[in-house]
Amino acid sequence: MILPDPVILFAGIVASATPVIIAVIGETISEKAGVINLSLDGTILLSAMTAFSVAYQTQSILIGIGAGTFVGGIIGAGIAALSLYCRVSQVAIGFVCALMAKDLAYFLGNAYARLNGPQIGDSPLPFLRHLPVVGPILFNHNILVYCSLLLIPLSTWFLFYTRMGLTLRAVGENPLACYARGIRPQFHQIVYSGIGGALVGLSGASFALCFKPGWGRPQGAEGTGWIVLALVIFGGWNPIRACMGAYLFAFLQVAAIYLQNRFDAIPAQIFQVAPFPLMISTLLVIQLVQQDNRKKNVASKGVFRKFLAILSGSAPASLGKSFL
Amino acid sequence: MKRGPCLQRSNQTHLNHLPATRVARAWIPIPSILVTLGVALLLATLVLLTVGTSPLSVYGHLLKGSIGSWQKIVQVLNVWIPLVLCATGLLYTFRINLWNIGIEGQVMIGAVFSTGVLRSEWFVGCPMSALFISMLAAMMGGGLWALFTGYLKTRGGVNEIFAGLGMNFLAQGLILWLIFGPWKRPGMASMSGTELFPPAVWLPTLLSYRLSILGLVLAIAAILVTTFLLRHTRIGLAINAIGRNPRASFLLGLRTDRYLLLTMMLAGCFAGLAGNIQVTGIYHRLIPAISCNYGYLALMVVMLSNYRILAATIIAFFFAGINVGSIQLPMALQLDSSFSGVLQGLMVLSAICFQGWRSKRRPSASRGGTP
Repeated sequence: MILPDPVILFAGIVASATPVIIAVIGETISEKAGVINLSLDGTILLSAMTAFSVAYQTQSILIGIGAGTFVGGIIGAGIAALSLYCRVSQVAIGFVCALMAKDLAYFLGNAYARLNGPQIGDSPLPFLRHLPVVGPILFNHNILVYCSLLLIPLSTWFLFYTRMGLTLRAVGENPLACYARGIRPQFHQIVYSGIGGALVGLSGASFALCFKPGWGRPQGAEGTGWIVLALVIFGGWNPIRACMGAYLFAFLQVAAIYLQNRFDAIPAQIFQVAPFPLMISTLLVIQLVQQDNRKKNVASKGVFRKFLAILSGSAPASLGKSFL
Repeated sequence: MKRGPCLQRSNQTHLNHLPATRVARAWIPIPSILVTLGVALLLATLVLLTVGTSPLSVYGHLLKGSIGSWQKIVQVLNVWIPLVLCATGLLYTFRINLWNIGIEGQVMIGAVFSTGVLRSEWFVGCPMSALFISMLAAMMGGGLWALFTGYLKTRGGVNEIFAGLGMNFLAQGLILWLIFGPWKRPGMASMSGTELFPPAVWLPTLLSYRLSILGLVLAIAAILVTTFLLRHTRIGLAINAIGRNPRASFLLGLRTDRYLLLTMMLAGCFAGLAGNIQVTGIYHRLIPAISCNYGYLALMVVMLSNYRILAATIIAFFFAGINVGSIQLPMALQLDSSFSGVLQGLMVLSAICFQGWRSKRRPSASRGGTP
């Protein structure tokens, strides 16, 4: 077995993690605002189908991306609005949307299956690409990869260092208190769920126009939505940590391709399972640390405890609960 | 099982999600059915018009393909059996306010356990006992898989939705590993599954049709047992009480954790049985998509039925009909068969939105049983 060139390997990881990262950031924003968008799996496919078919019809990548993003935003905002004004549980409506949007994508996209459509080409950045190691890894990709790299610090800054981000988090933690302070939680939840959904839609569009080009049944993006959901929890509702999780997942996938050459009996789908045990163990750790804090065990600050505390995080307090 | 009539009646009124002042019970909620069907059909017709086909011909094909002949009705029943088994299992967990999304994985594990029994060489002599033991093993496997999710909830504080989702994917991974690893066909491993079982361990079917009477009997038994258990026993009363108010139930001395685990295990058992029927009655081998999404579909059925058992069985038949009817859409009209999912999803969506909207307009009505 020949070991791959590490630079090419890491460049591949950065590229293949891109759609996952965009979706992870979108879902983190919407969950931070207290809206759990369970429909990711369907949304990604529906927006991928929309982006591809629109781009195919108009022969314009930009309009295609816009259409996919728009579809994702509508679904995200719709889930928030329906849960607020029709008093439906967000989980129920998100789950139904996940199944229905997937079927809708297959049904409407049937005419566009296995066609050659427009694709986003690589656009290496002029000077940065010649940097010794970092250049080929980070700056020799297409525009979406740069977008995802920018989104990570941008979303962190927005969530934790701006006034609007503070409002967003406050709405997710305690909408009633926000209401008393003169902030309208409904409005913010719908807007941020829409923005988060739009990012998820962008991720779907990037699948259809770049990373798994074209449309078909199966498209290749199936199951990504659930993985994103798991990664958001693994990240403890922090964009940077969630994106680290996404890179870890991409690393496992790339590694799986190399491992598959060696153990050809095992299909690559098995490696898709990896994020889920990580998600469950993160949730367990969160519970453990919270119990620990409740007992006020300040004295027991061993290395293991500190390690656990790093892995922990806390969900927005009113995640999934309807304010109205 | 002696209980005062007063207690029983109050339990019943709560179950029906009606305001306490109303005595008469609306057996058939005609307005919600009309609104749900109307809105869903309107939207589905719009979807069909955007694709550019005649909606009438699509609906005609759906009808002809599902109840057009005895052959088709048998096919619908073959989908109905696992669907009803999953739906009855889900009723327990929904009544206790748990979202058992892990039912899909529980079906898969039931299928894995029954395949494991049928592959082993202990029961070569007597196929009937092999079938029976595979059923027990499937129920045990599904139950244990669900019990683990339940433990994650009661002991680990992990939300059952995320735990269940994770367990679904673990089950899928397990099936793939088994098909490509230890249980692969001699010579080559492929997505088409493990080797076929000998016909002796297939579920016995009616002569010319592929309908297994045993499966039908099991499904009907599941409906009856669930109705009895939830309506007329102390366990059912406890489950409903905990679902309505866990804190008060705990203070009154009910062991809420145990009941949570019990309902999870019951749901897992029913789902495992569905997985067993998929293996022994339909595919006669283990395939990667052995669960056919019936677990997820059953969740939709139960949501649409507003958590009532009789409605759930009827809706399960309806959904099974849509599923089977849509199979011939690709051949007849060059459409994707996923139209069934669109139609079902639109129905559930409009139903839960209508229920929520109505309960919001009339705050005295309880919240439609939504967990």
